[in-house]
Amino acid sequence: MKKKSKKEDVKLKFNSSWEYAPAPESKDHVKINSSYDLFINGKFTAPDSGKYFDTINPATETKIAKVADANEKDVDKAVKAARNAYDNVWSKMPAKERGKYIYRIARVMQERARELAVIESMDGGKAIRESRDIDIPLAAAHFFYYAGWADKIDYAVPGSKSRSLGVAGQIIPWNFPLLMAAWKIAPALAAGNTVVLKPAETTPLTALKLAEIIQEADLPPGVVNIITGAGATGAALVNHPGIDKIAFTGSTDVGKIIQKSIAGTGKKYTLELGGKAANIIFEDAAIDQAVEGIVNGIFFNQGHVCCAGSRLFVQESVMDTVVRKLKDRMETLIVGDPLDKNTDIGAINSKEQLGKIKQYLKIGVNEGGEMYQSSCALPSKGFWCRPTLFTNVSQSSRIVTEEIFGPVLGIQSFRTVEEAIEKANNIPYGLSGGVWTDKGSKIFKVTSQLRAGVIWANTYNKFDPTSPFGGYKESGVGREGGLHGLMPYLELV
Amino acid sequence: MKATKHAFMDSPSIDQVGVEERISRLTKRSIKKESKLTALKMALSMVDLTTLDAKDTPGKVRQLCIKAMHPHDAVPGIPQVAAVCVYPTMVRVAKETLKGSKIQVAAVSTAFPSGMSTRKVKIEETRYAVNEGADEIDMVISRGHFLQGEYNYVFDEIAAVKEACGAAHLKVILETGELSTLDNVRLASDIAMQAGADFIKTSTGKIQPAATLPVTLVMLEAIRDFYYETGKKIGMKPAGGIATAKLAIQYLVVLRETLGEDWLNPKMFRFGASTLANDLLMQIVKEHSGVYQSIDYFSKD
Repeated sequence: MKKKSKKEDVKLKFNSSWEYAPAPESKDHVKINSSYDLFINGKFTAPDSGKYFDTINPATETKIAKVADANEKDVDKAVKAARNAYDNVWSKMPAKERGKYIYRIARVMQERARELAVIESMDGGKAIRESRDIDIPLAAAHFFYYAGWADKIDYAVPGSKSRSLGVAGQIIPWNFPLLMAAWKIAPALAAGNTVVLKPAETTPLTALKLAEIIQEADLPPGVVNIITGAGATGAALVNHPGIDKIAFTGSTDVGKIIQKSIAGTGKKYTLELGGKAANIIFEDAAIDQAVEGIVNGIFFNQGHVCCAGSRLFVQESVMDTVVRKLKDRMETLIVGDPLDKNTDIGAINSKEQLGKIKQYLKIGVNEGGEMYQSSCALPSKGFWCRPTLFTNVSQSSRIVTEEIFGPVLGIQSFRTVEEAIEKANNIPYGLSGGVWTDKGSKIFKVTSQLRAGVIWANTYNKFDPTSPFGGYKESGVGREGGLHGLMPYLELV
Repeated sequence: MKATKHAFMDSPSIDQVGVEERISRLTKRSIKKESKLTALKMALSMVDLTTLDAKDTPGKVRQLCIKAMHPHDAVPGIPQVAAVCVYPTMVRVAKETLKGSKIQVAAVSTAFPSGMSTRKVKIEETRYAVNEGADEIDMVISRGHFLQGEYNYVFDEIAAVKEACGAAHLKVILETGELSTLDNVRLASDIAMQAGADFIKTSTGKIQPAATLPVTLVMLEAIRDFYYETGKKIGMKPAGGIATAKLAIQYLVVLRETLGEDWLNPKMFRFGASTLANDLLMQIVKEHSGVYQSIDYFSKD
């Protein structure tokens, strides 16, 4: 081994005199109404509540549009429309015809991809690089994938027949608004169900744009209904007796409430809940690529990712190197205007979420954690958080065990493979994980013992419509995506 | 006895998929307006204007040197290139033509491009080029010995050529197109730097593939690790296959986000290229005038 230099001045400088000029994506082609009603029975309908709420751009704190607030009566109207469409149209339609409609939705989404990407970034704060290259193409890919299943359901479960459930109530989160809508709607429709979907209150716009696309695709009225509102609207949907299945993505706390409230009702459910994933770096890993994987794991989408690699475990022999490289890499992350094509990390989704993240930063420091943040400048308006890491933390630190849902990484060291596995599993969550090593056999040994639904080896945060996704333990029930993702929308007969 | 990889170094493994993913993210950086003009001028100032043909003559080399000093005087504020790169027998004429300018003369050496000769001949050739006035020596490594696992041989040869260089700067060409894996690129980079290279360089330009962005990233990361280990800053020269301004800017983005400010200058980074300069000039003029000019407005020397 060579002697490490202890010279203090050995440090790379990333505040370059060669700055990248702003490269904002154009908003000219985007049409956003000043006000949106509820999408019920194929038409935009004023809410019975008469109430509207504002959706704002978290990067500027300015209002983008006002959106209807659905009350119980509105929910009832939507569920009845879905029931009517199910009984009279969708369940009677030949499967091949259903498939054609789903393909059509996918194609229109692709045609309007740029518009959708810009709106997603404006409404949710995520970098256009991600909404353009990941969210929107992946959402369309889900519709394409499940469209293919529509007329092949009989072959999904060899040796048995299946049928659709009826009306699905679907509640989605604010971190991947359109993508989550696609995850929910596409398999439901392919399996022959109709849908009432409620997007999150801070990010309703792309779901409402999807309603326009559904109109353009000429889907029969009532097959997909999209109602906006906050928690009360979601509760009304969950508790509506006309719902046959609940699909929820969101926090573990709300997931538990849903599970309690539908206990004994016979409603089927899938819950995709929180996570606190272990990302494990072994000493024989390709270190520079692993560092990139750490960055993709925790700073993707501002860390608003249920499967984010928020607990980093690094083998002690490479700990210093990994932390040094990570800090250097963090210096090159550009935080700012989500619509700028060079932005790596956009705005925190809401004031409330930023408050929660800041709270955790305080907790981390009070617990004795050593906090490091990149030195980037932040815009004066909007909700922002610098990429952050904590060292000197342990499994007993709250920032290491609780889901923060922000760009905050807790780093712990380990000595042996067994210790890594034990620590990785020592958490109530079990949604995802990552393993980095050059040794194939180690990958199999570790991944087979990690208690998590999705585990990536030598990469992180990769998604594909053909691959099932879902959690162990308090990270959820059921799977979405792939063949597995059809099952929650089918009943074997 | 053969030195195995781990006998004298601890090069990390490289994951090719991860490297390509990183490059694809870096090449999505959008470089516009004033940042583009800055990059174009920086790239031009980093060019090693190269002629390495068997049919090279003093006349040809002289013309190339004039181009190096006066890339496009019609537009003010255009920098000169960093160096002119020639065969050893052309060093004297290049040196004379460039007299009074700050442009360096680089000479390829060590039985370029194959390196298939004895160490004695290689050292002799290097000394000759330095005596003729070369400021920089671009040597090739013995790829055959490297692929045989004779890393000590490769190391010793580089160290011996470095000694023969005297005050001249040594660039070590790995010829990455013949090394086959990124693991090998990394290992060869580490050997070259530890043996005394001032610069590491991808290619001779005579073998395909020549320079690529993934190979360059791996070499820059090797330079970064060497810097943190020793405090020494090693330069980087991708060569061959970089013909457009757009691609050159992508290299600069990779450089900026891997090694940072201290490497964004001709002392630490060079482009080995013959046709790149004219595309850079065409783009610089376009940034000034707003329109593209015909290629006939740019000198072909």
